[in-house]
Amino acid sequence: MGAQQKTMYHVGTLELFMKQIGRVVELNGEEIAVFRDSGDRLYAVENRSPHPKGGPLAEGIVSGQYLYDPLYDWKIDLATGLVQAPDTGQVKMYSVKVEDGSVWIGP
Amino acid sequence: MIENKPKLVVIGNGMAGISTVEQILKLTTQFEITVFGSEPHPNYNRIMLSYVLEGSKTIDDIVLNDWQWYADNGITLHTGTKVVQIDESHKEVVTEEGIRVPYDKVIIATGSNSFILPIPGSNKQGVIGFRDIADCNQMLEAAKTYKKAAVIGGGLLGLEAAKGLVQLGMDVTVVHLMEDLMERQLDHQAALMLRTELERQGIKFKMQAQTVELLGGERVSGLRFADDTVLDADFVVMAVGIKPNVEVAKNSGIEVNRGIVVNDYMQTSMKDVYSVGECNEHRGVCYGLVAPLFEQGMVLAKHICGVETAAYEGSIVSTKLKISGVDVFSTGEFIDGPEHTVIANKDDWKRTYKKILLKEGVMVGAVLYGDITDSAELQKLIKQKAAMTDELYNTLMGSGCCGGGGAKKAASVEAMADDEIVCGCNGVTKGNIVDAVTNQGLTTVDEIKACTGATRSCGGCKPVVEQILQYVLGDGFKTAAKQGICGCTTLSRDEIVAEIKAKGLQTTKEVMHVLGWSQQEGCSKCRPALNYYLGMIYPDTHEDEKESRFVNERMNANIQKDGTYTVVPRMYGGVTTPEDLKKIADVSLKYDVKVVKVTGGQRLDLIGVKKEDLPKVWEELDMPSGYAYAKSLRTVKTCVGSQFCRFGTQDSMSMGALLERKFERIDYPAKFKMAVNGCPRNCAEACTKDIGIVGNDGGWEIFIGGNGGIKARLADSLCKVKTDEELIEVCGAVIQYYRETGNYLERTSEWVERIGLEQIKAVVVDNVDNRQALVERVEFALKQVEEPWSKMLNDHDSCSKMFHSVEMKG
Repeated sequence: MGAQQKTMYHVGTLELFMKQIGRVVELNGEEIAVFRDSGDRLYAVENRSPHPKGGPLAEGIVSGQYLYDPLYDWKIDLATGLVQAPDTGQVKMYSVKVEDGSVWIGP
Repeated sequence: MIENKPKLVVIGNGMAGISTVEQILKLTTQFEITVFGSEPHPNYNRIMLSYVLEGSKTIDDIVLNDWQWYADNGITLHTGTKVVQIDESHKEVVTEEGIRVPYDKVIIATGSNSFILPIPGSNKQGVIGFRDIADCNQMLEAAKTYKKAAVIGGGLLGLEAAKGLVQLGMDVTVVHLMEDLMERQLDHQAALMLRTELERQGIKFKMQAQTVELLGGERVSGLRFADDTVLDADFVVMAVGIKPNVEVAKNSGIEVNRGIVVNDYMQTSMKDVYSVGECNEHRGVCYGLVAPLFEQGMVLAKHICGVETAAYEGSIVSTKLKISGVDVFSTGEFIDGPEHTVIANKDDWKRTYKKILLKEGVMVGAVLYGDITDSAELQKLIKQKAAMTDELYNTLMGSGCCGGGGAKKAASVEAMADDEIVCGCNGVTKGNIVDAVTNQGLTTVDEIKACTGATRSCGGCKPVVEQILQYVLGDGFKTAAKQGICGCTTLSRDEIVAEIKAKGLQTTKEVMHVLGWSQQEGCSKCRPALNYYLGMIYPDTHEDEKESRFVNERMNANIQKDGTYTVVPRMYGGVTTPEDLKKIADVSLKYDVKVVKVTGGQRLDLIGVKKEDLPKVWEELDMPSGYAYAKSLRTVKTCVGSQFCRFGTQDSMSMGALLERKFERIDYPAKFKMAVNGCPRNCAEACTKDIGIVGNDGGWEIFIGGNGGIKARLADSLCKVKTDEELIEVCGAVIQYYRETGNYLERTSEWVERIGLEQIKAVVVDNVDNRQALVERVEFALKQVEEPWSKMLNDHDSCSKMFHSVEMKG
């Protein structure tokens, strides 16, 4: 969307994140689940499953740009936040970028 | 333009009329359709009223065509409006209010009314029939105020009404004129079984009783019978039968017998006037059930639209009692006479009864009680006038073991005609289902239900719908089922394992790449499976992939729905010490553990530990992981055994602890539970464990494949051994054989059934060389493992990346 113009916060180096294993970043009291895919692309979403029962997302299994949520096995496209069929829903997205090995996150 | 369309007027807004309209709409939109209904509701499923009464459905649930449907199909609907006459000379129908509506064709589908006994008092308050939503509502209301109900009539409808009223808390007596309940559908035997069951469910019966008068003032207060005895009742349901509602036909000068007389194309004696359903009489028969109405409706629809159709030649009716938990079915000729050959099987233990009647070798009728899984099959065979053969006999009556009629059933679905009705409640034909499956790619009964309505109502046709689904998908279905371990691949478990070995593949990434996975990096199903297979094949060299582990195995703790975790420390054999308990107590207090729970496997579970506290909890407990989260050896449950118990013949606590230490930490295809008992009293419940061990005076007996979970299964006895060494060896061999041949996530209960107990015996018990080789391999795997909590604590980098969040100052 138009999020690029918003303030971005420096998180640290890319090395903070293991490949295909999510990690929570806390920003202003919000939990953001950050994922680094096998090609070093980063994704940042709210650490809350869109499943009605909620629960965290960070511990899910990552495949390409998709995440299988750890509690209910919903498949979520990390690039769009959209839950894949047959389930429906959307995860809140955060902007994230890597510059010179540094990770930046913004609302 | 619309004025030029021929006008079709349907008198009756029930299942017969509307299903006929639905059939017509499938063929043509040439008619301008007007429907008159006397009830103030859209078309609903009358046969489901029993469920409404019983409380398992609401009225909304049973509406078949909602208001929108009429609008969508351009149908003019007049509810609460009665048509009294068809004026042939003006070609108009006339309503009670005198409104005249012109027609080109008329369908009379007025159904039937409850037959109210012509006895004194039958017009008192509190006396009703059981026919429509209004009756149903009255019954629901009555149950709130009145206590004692009598249902006159022990037929299908009467029994369903009685059950509903009992459910509503009333004291209900069914009064029946005949010796047997449902004598028009059941033989003596089945009727007896039915009565016993219904009595168990709280219905009282007064049999062979003729009601001659209803007593009371304005409101009914009781029944008087022919023998002058009296039954108190402040609410009476008359369910003695139905009579075709022929009023409009009679008023119009149409030929009427018991019902409106129709020919094989549902034409009445008046030109351009048809009649369908319970109100008509075809070849001398008035039907009171739902299936004939659909069959008649189909013929009528085709005829009225000018489409060629076979004549309607009458229906073989079947009935199913719609009382939850009572399965009764009958079809065709079910009372045996001298001309019949009777095949019958009554089982008082299982409370089932099955009877098939043959006439000159041909199947003409059947009764089922208790188990009605064959109902659809029988209905079809009888309709097809199938001759009994040895083969059929074996399929239907069982040849003594395992049934095995699957293939034959599929074949008979194939033989079924496309326009044969499968779902009698919703008038769905085999052709409808086949089309839906082929055109819309449906693969489950639920999808078929959503799409066609089949199985939506009573559900009795579900077995046939399943068979049709299987038949249509055929090989496609099989290849789909064979389609590998998940949606990413078409390869089966065995093929994948073989390829890994043959090509020397080392990582999940390699496997997925070389074997052509459709989703490059796999899914939550295949990734953990591949990681397991690789570890099983290369115990020493495979580097465990944390990113391919489920959350619990990755984190070495069980995630809870709120994102906290549980921690279960190891207590070998379920034996702990005061020191350990103290430590557990201290840590629980310090880290604010929400609940400390004793688990089913005799361990302590610290519930509600925050993710970031997990490493500290492990460190301070300083106990090994109890593996409560893993596809691995969870626990070995033990009884007290010979150390203390006066019955103990073996030292179960020591043996349990020993086995737990020996076989923990390696990966298994699924979670694995064991138990060791000191004597055959079996206090540690060996029968529900993957390996259950029972001590006796001279050694041990080993059981495998038990499960107390979703699909409970009692363990099978594998063998008896004399020494502890032998016991450990057989356990090791079973474990390794399971590790090598089990499908990922397949419990031993399924594995034993798939591989076969005899085969397992042959490999791990009888063939000593083989057993040794398995033991060697499991020992090798066991050498490679490490305690996971301390391993994680020593890997500071992973530990902080996996358990700690990054905190940012915004």
